[in-house]
Amino acid sequence: MPTTTISDRTVHVDDEGFLTDPAEWDEPLATALAEQIGLHLTEEHWEAIHFLRQDHAQRGETATLRRISVVGGIPTKSLFRLFPQKPAKKLAYVAGLPKPHGCV
Amino acid sequence: MTTTENRPIVPAFDDVDTDRKLAIICSKGTLDMAYPGLVLANAALGEGVETHLFFTFWGFDMINKATMADLKFTMLGNTATHMPQGLGGLPGMTALATHRMKKSIADVGVPEVPEFLQQIVDSGGHLWACRMSADMQDLHEEDLYDEVEGIISASDFIDLTQGAQLLFI
Repeated sequence: MPTTTISDRTVHVDDEGFLTDPAEWDEPLATALAEQIGLHLTEEHWEAIHFLRQDHAQRGETATLRRISVVGGIPTKSLFRLFPQKPAKKLAYVAGLPKPHGCV
Repeated sequence: MTTTENRPIVPAFDDVDTDRKLAIICSKGTLDMAYPGLVLANAALGEGVETHLFFTFWGFDMINKATMADLKFTMLGNTATHMPQGLGGLPGMTALATHRMKKSIADVGVPEVPEFLQQIVDSGGHLWACRMSADMQDLHEEDLYDEVEGIISASDFIDLTQGAQLLFI
């Protein structure tokens, strides 16, 4: 398993760069991860990130966009605006979680 | 083996091929055949692919306000249910099979057709209705799901999806 250094922190990641240990994540790291993919985090981003972290802690898997909108209450349109092009993957990356596996 | 890279390993989100387009032609009006197009459209949109759905012939049932929430699944003519075909013709079997399938779909967290179409539109997807099918069934824009962008001819759709990858379902 590779490690990588983001903002002077060494973390474990998979081949693509997604964190493999959710415990290595904290909010300053999220800010640094977001910068890597050109995102500046606002309150709205944090709301989605916190939902994803909390839902993952409870269920052991990363929520899909569908779940984030239905259970997390963040509209699909907002997710595409906040994390353009590939919202589910970008959000998982910033939240230090694996990519979602669900189809919908 | 543990390796440490000097440059951070970051997913290649920016390698999105912004020109990639997907066109999906939905020609079936049964519950089981409505979902493949919807699931794939949703997946493509989530990957940043411009996606257009064209509803034609029986696929019109997916966007016709009168039928879209009431698509059915039948065992008849479908050997993949692995049930005796005669059973499928018994009264009430289509309703039962439909109920079961809807439940299985809901159990995996996938929405019903109207809600799924809304999710696709909210994700930036485009819905188009086929002109010939509309004329054959004497249906007009007001009869169709509000998010359908227009009733267009087959040539218009071909024109609109120039360079797209195409799925016929």
